[in-house]
Amino acid sequence: MTTAAKPSKLIKGATGDWEIVVGMEIHAQITSHSKLFSSASTSFGGDPNSHVTLVDAAMPGMLPVINEECVKQAIRTGLGLKAKINHRSVFDRKNYFYPDLPQGYQISQFKDPIVGEGEVIVDVSASEQIIVGVERLHLEQDAGKSLHDQSPTESFVDLNRSGVALMEIVSRPDIRSAEEARAYVTKLRTILRYLGTCDGNMEEGSLRADVNVSVRRPGEPLGTRCEIKNVNSIRFIGQAVDVEARRQIAIIEDGGKIDQETRLFDPGKGETRSMRSKEEAHDYRYFPDPDLLPLEFDQAYVDELAKGLPELPDDKRARFIAEYGLPPYDAGVLVMERESADYFEAVARGRDAKMAANWVINELFGRLNKEGKTIATSPVSAQQLGTIVDLISAGTISGKLAKDLFEIVWSEGGDPNVIVEERGMKQVTDTGAIEKAVDEIIAANPEKVEQAKAKPTMLGWFVGQVMKQTGGKANPEAVNTLLKQKLGI
Amino acid sequence: MMSDLTKFTLAEARDAVASKKISSLELTRAHIDAIEKARGLNAFVLETPDKALDMAKASDARIASGTAGPLEGLPLGIKDLYATEGVHMQACSHILDGFRPPYESTVTSQLWRDGAVMLGKLNMDEFAMGSSNETSYYGPVASPWLPPGWDETKGRAALKGDKKGLLVPGGSSGGSSSAVAAHLCLAATATDTGGSIRQPAAFTGTVGIKPTYGRCSRWGVAAFASSLDQAGPIARTVRDSAIMLRSMAGYDAKDSTSVNAPVPDYEKAVGASIKGKKIGIPKEYRIDGMPAEIEALWQQGIEWLRAAGAEIVDISLPHTKTALPAYYIVAPAEASSNLARYDGVRYGLRVPGKDISSMYENTRAEGFGREVRRRIMIGTYVLSAGYYDAYYVRAQKIRTLIKRDFELAYQDGIDAILTPATPSAAFGIGEKGSSDPVEMYLNDVFTVTVNMAGLPGLAVPGGLSASGLPLGLQLIGRPFEEETLFSVAEVIEQAAGRISLPQAWW
Amino acid sequence: MSVDQATVRRIAHLARIAVRDEEVPHLQEELNAILSFVEELSAVDVSGVEPMTSVIPMSLPLRKDEVSGHAGADVVTRNAPGAEDHFFTVPKVVE
Repeated sequence: MTTAAKPSKLIKGATGDWEIVVGMEIHAQITSHSKLFSSASTSFGGDPNSHVTLVDAAMPGMLPVINEECVKQAIRTGLGLKAKINHRSVFDRKNYFYPDLPQGYQISQFKDPIVGEGEVIVDVSASEQIIVGVERLHLEQDAGKSLHDQSPTESFVDLNRSGVALMEIVSRPDIRSAEEARAYVTKLRTILRYLGTCDGNMEEGSLRADVNVSVRRPGEPLGTRCEIKNVNSIRFIGQAVDVEARRQIAIIEDGGKIDQETRLFDPGKGETRSMRSKEEAHDYRYFPDPDLLPLEFDQAYVDELAKGLPELPDDKRARFIAEYGLPPYDAGVLVMERESADYFEAVARGRDAKMAANWVINELFGRLNKEGKTIATSPVSAQQLGTIVDLISAGTISGKLAKDLFEIVWSEGGDPNVIVEERGMKQVTDTGAIEKAVDEIIAANPEKVEQAKAKPTMLGWFVGQVMKQTGGKANPEAVNTLLKQKLGI
Repeated sequence: MMSDLTKFTLAEARDAVASKKISSLELTRAHIDAIEKARGLNAFVLETPDKALDMAKASDARIASGTAGPLEGLPLGIKDLYATEGVHMQACSHILDGFRPPYESTVTSQLWRDGAVMLGKLNMDEFAMGSSNETSYYGPVASPWLPPGWDETKGRAALKGDKKGLLVPGGSSGGSSSAVAAHLCLAATATDTGGSIRQPAAFTGTVGIKPTYGRCSRWGVAAFASSLDQAGPIARTVRDSAIMLRSMAGYDAKDSTSVNAPVPDYEKAVGASIKGKKIGIPKEYRIDGMPAEIEALWQQGIEWLRAAGAEIVDISLPHTKTALPAYYIVAPAEASSNLARYDGVRYGLRVPGKDISSMYENTRAEGFGREVRRRIMIGTYVLSAGYYDAYYVRAQKIRTLIKRDFELAYQDGIDAILTPATPSAAFGIGEKGSSDPVEMYLNDVFTVTVNMAGLPGLAVPGGLSASGLPLGLQLIGRPFEEETLFSVAEVIEQAAGRISLPQAWW
Repeated sequence: MSVDQATVRRIAHLARIAVRDEEVPHLQEELNAILSFVEELSAVDVSGVEPMTSVIPMSLPLRKDEVSGHAGADVVTRNAPGAEDHFFTVPKVVE
């Protein structure tokens, strides 16, 4: 990397500043019904060894046949990462022994992956955007699962996951902080979810990250890296980067040197530790899988898939800014999830878009977060929220009452129009009624009238009194105009 | 009616059963009896007489109801590399101890679909690695051909002992060739990775064809070297092998290397004229130290084909001599990976160890025989870091060159190529390869090019050696033009006269 | 190229095959015999030649994304030397 270090990203050690350099290998489980090379189900859970065909169990003479949907999903993802799609790619065997690797090799792509270089635009904060390069994306098989805590002497092996399709997305070492690392994975997950190529569910292991961390003095060549395996939440990714960087800095500042090794992040202890089992030098003996032929397709195949792609978050964000006049940050928040963006657009269409954005981001998202709900499980539909926005725009209800109305719709449901009508929440715009209230208050408070004439800011007190008398339903603008008129200010 | 039902050819038996001259049950019983009497040869590692009789009865019922298939009621032997559902399968390796596959290989399922009857599983070199059937966990197979100068008594005595001195039936499909030559089955399935169908056929006076790569499904056949392995039959006549191949061949969506092309009725090609066919004679097969009788056999073959109206053309396949060494890189490399699944976890043998790694190491040390361990190690070495390009990649480049040699010959209008099948007649059990593995590997020198190029190759008896042992000629064809091979081989078979197989002495 | 005894041991471990000390010299000899046999390939001119990746000129066939063919945990584990509650069991793996 030749780019200059950003001072704001540097961290202080005992002997000066350090720059963190992070690259990531994301393993994303492809959304498909069946596995990459067998027709077994990919669904999560299931009794041990129930989602296993003879191919997954690597019985003698069993052969792999590739699932076309997995190929398409990899191409779609490549397109979503603005990456080069390789019209010819090759499947290789990565040979090693492990009980949950039934073939004794993993089918992967080593020399000729299906997707080449691309990039991800990452919003680190409201004011900072970085571009993280993608080196490659390749298809590979997941391993099975070994349980080590069932017995003191034995490990238990379940092959349900064995052979499920993964995309390994390898980034360039373009990430410079824990915050950037989190933002990169968040953005990548957003893209995958938009594309529908991976559900991004980290709890179920659909998205796992191997995080490569090294540190260096600003401007110096890359340091020795350690690979932190299988980090399974975005929060942990951030923590792992931080603690690993600090561990490395402490060692170097102590005069030691970093050993290139594989480590594991322990979220309970907040530390990384060496994985002894992986210490042994690996020699994977990659070679093209002779049970498979090179995977080949033409540009028309890619074009057809490109046609079917949804609008992606970056494009959508740009459109929200241009079409709805939203501030970039708000637009960014709205496009984080495709469902949120769709919801927003349903509310905003034909309405005041900025008001719609405010309501979605501040009221709806705030409330959803508080209650641990998502857009999909929101008690308030886009149509209901749209009606609330309509009622405000038409001056039928005040902004303050609108929040009460939102509360009612949230907890009780119903048509906001009907609720406003039935519960008398309508704003009073009838000047006669307002005038009556104004007159009464002026008559009852002659000394305040005198004060107001000398000090026009007293107007607010009168407005408050009128609103109180009208139960908050008086149109504040009409109240203002009448008071000014009658008080002669 | 023939007195000994095992002396029928497959075609004769088919016609006799179809016309109800004999029943499948009678035919099957005759073969079961023959197998029992021939246990000394060690050709069968598992006999399935009950299954055979059930299948034969079902065949007779289908014949009676007029729903017979093309192989209806014909008893066959199955190489132990093929999975047959519920029937013990071991690839003749200790490491698959006790394994009962819950599945049926595509090729055998097609044989049963067509009505064939299964007699049992045939001996073979362990995981098909060998050229003499001496690497089997079940011990060597003896050829029904007696060594020169041996009488029956000496032969029988040797069968009861360690079989030393008796002739090998070739390998790896030695159980198949021995059983077919000894009339223990009408025909047998076999597999060929570097010559494992053609060399045993040549050693036993039988006919074997390795079809074009992709012609037969590999699904359900334990893999040795995936890019080279092909299934094929061993039978007693060219016609019989054509009948067998028609049932064994065909597209299988479960094998990504299977080719989706219609399967012709190969039998129709048997007897077709070869007039005007261009037969290539590659000068590179005239190797140093080739016995004069092999040279003479080859020349005789040329004369027969010329007499039948074929045009004989001298050709050059310049990379021929690189094929065998390149094969001994590619095949072990693939094998080292293909055999990684035999790890003591999901099936077969497990030898305990203090931890997972020693369990693997103990299981694989005890479970694999010496030749298999050796090949796994060579394969592991040539794929390992620092050696991959020098060995494996280079060998695959050479493979491209070998294939190109053939393509150029075919572009010049060559229809088929005639060569000797083996550099010698059968040798004795215990005679070769005990100190230098390469000595044994040289057996495949004429056959291995065909696997490297993915072409069809057929071995047909051409005559006997001076000491009275069978010698085979090899025909190499264009991809998916097995029919030409059957036509040309039939001319040789007719000209040479059907070889007279040994009478039972065992 | 030839292998020394340390390489023989390394390769054997990589292939997960136990070798006894007394086997090593013999194995070394055999492996070197094979390696010297294939040595002649280094003399072949392969410049500009593509390594073969498939012997038949066809593209990889693609399968439909359909679920079928679960063998059932009973069948999957029936042949296993160690199994419990439909899991395969192996000597404990330490991570």
